[in-house]
Amino acid sequence: MRIVLVLRLIVLALLVAFIIAPQGFAPLFAPLTRFDAPPIYTQTSILSLTLSHLGIVAVATLAATVIAVGFAILVTRPFGEEFLPLSRAVANIGQTFPPVAVLALAVPVLGFGTGPTLVALFLYGLLPIFENALTALTGLSPAVREAARGSGMTGWQRLVQVELPLAFPVILAGIRLSAVISLSTATIGSTVAARTLGEVIIAGLLSGNTAFVLQGGLVVGALAVLIHDGFVAFESLVTRRTGGAARDFETSVS
Amino acid sequence: MIEIENLTKLYDGRAVVDDVTLTVPAGEIAAIVGTSGSGKTTLLRMINRLVEPSSGSIRIDGRDNRDVPAHELRRHIGYAIQGHGLFPHQDVARNIATVPRLLGWDKRMISERVDELLALFQLDPAEYRKRMPHELSGGQKQRVGVARALAAGPSVLLMDEPFGALDPIIRHKAQEDLLDIQRRLGTTIVLVTHDMDEAVRLGNRIAVMSEGRVRQYARPEEIIAAPADDFVLAMLGTGDRAFRLLSLRTVAEALEAGEAEGTPIVDTASLREAYAEMLWSRRAALPVSRAGALVGRVTRAACEKAATRQP
Repeated sequence: MRIVLVLRLIVLALLVAFIIAPQGFAPLFAPLTRFDAPPIYTQTSILSLTLSHLGIVAVATLAATVIAVGFAILVTRPFGEEFLPLSRAVANIGQTFPPVAVLALAVPVLGFGTGPTLVALFLYGLLPIFENALTALTGLSPAVREAARGSGMTGWQRLVQVELPLAFPVILAGIRLSAVISLSTATIGSTVAARTLGEVIIAGLLSGNTAFVLQGGLVVGALAVLIHDGFVAFESLVTRRTGGAARDFETSVS
Repeated sequence: MIEIENLTKLYDGRAVVDDVTLTVPAGEIAAIVGTSGSGKTTLLRMINRLVEPSSGSIRIDGRDNRDVPAHELRRHIGYAIQGHGLFPHQDVARNIATVPRLLGWDKRMISERVDELLALFQLDPAEYRKRMPHELSGGQKQRVGVARALAAGPSVLLMDEPFGALDPIIRHKAQEDLLDIQRRLGTTIVLVTHDMDEAVRLGNRIAVMSEGRVRQYARPEEIIAAPADDFVLAMLGTGDRAFRLLSLRTVAEALEAGEAEGTPIVDTASLREAYAEMLWSRRAALPVSRAGALVGRVTRAACEKAATRQP
């Protein structure tokens, strides 16, 4: 465990150093370039691209969380049960549609830029969160549900005091999946002029500069690993808080 | 007091509970016994309206249970279930405080009540308040579950196989504790069980249910001595009904003047225990003690008389 933690700290330190002062890494990337091409992407600062990338992912994931959890709550209430199959189907379609196709279809409507990327990431992020929220909310122990009803809680009180706290770790696992997928998918947003780290990779591909492709890929990969780890740590903390209740569930998507 | 009148519950046109009428007097324990699918749990759940009846009515302390919204009704009726149903994300104190919190008691009052209940169930408040449910043994969870059901001081407590998940030794102790607490608080209890021994031990009255109907509702002695039909007889089993009768009486009830040899038996023991002891130690009579002093004796003849079918 120690070694893993040290490795993560090293990855984090390297990542931060590269984002803030990429020129310092020029000698490392220089061997990958040909014909004296620049080893470090300087068209736009890596820092601003990273922040914009993270911002787009955060907004899309947050929106997907609100909608997916909201729908999962609705279709697990007595009045919403009829919509359970329908909402599942809609979320599944969102997942099967390739993000590139979503981009292509969204550009004529929303124009170039961040808009279509947000839409694609949002649609793509819905399913993992929705499925996990649904599993968590429908998988609560029947004795616990019965006790909550029997003690005289209203529907709202049961949701807020019992169901959501117990479902939280599993919902969190869904958000983690969604965020990590979005983080990598966001790179293709640069094909429609969204400001993401994909810009570095695409610039490298267009100019045959392997150094650009590698540094773009490495930054996205390191971000994904660190965010994934952060979520896992938070999940296990929350799970311990809820008395290990979430250990009864197996997440449906991961 | 709980008055159930012509209560029926239909599922898809089939009567799960079929025209049941029975009254549980205040401060008594009514045990509902039956096989699975007999409708006993549905009957229980209609009392606090977890299930709404198709027809008929239930009055609790004279008031129709449909007079107030269901969730408010439930806050005034204790409910303890098999597998305890403790909220795994809340500590013991918060679990017990569930209903008082819903009723809006103030914090100090809730905290005092939690300590009082923990003490009543022989759990040291200082040690157990902050424990999470997964840090408790099965018997402790069950006790916390019943403590939670009693937290707001309800006059009625409903229990659905509350001891079903416990091993025999802990179950025996839990049953004794329940009787003790019920005597102290005077709570009216309706308890569902599939175990006739448990019903005989705990019930002031027993309702035997089958196919949605109450076959017999009477005191345990009457049920044992005169089962209403073959189903009740089958539920009882004929092999040890004499011993069941003995287990209902205490030594004090068969006490007579005189002396006997050997170690005495306490007068709160059942005649079943006294008779077993006589057989085991080859004695015709046992001396009886009360609070450490000898008060008389109990004889084999008295036990045998108590175990015979009454005409």
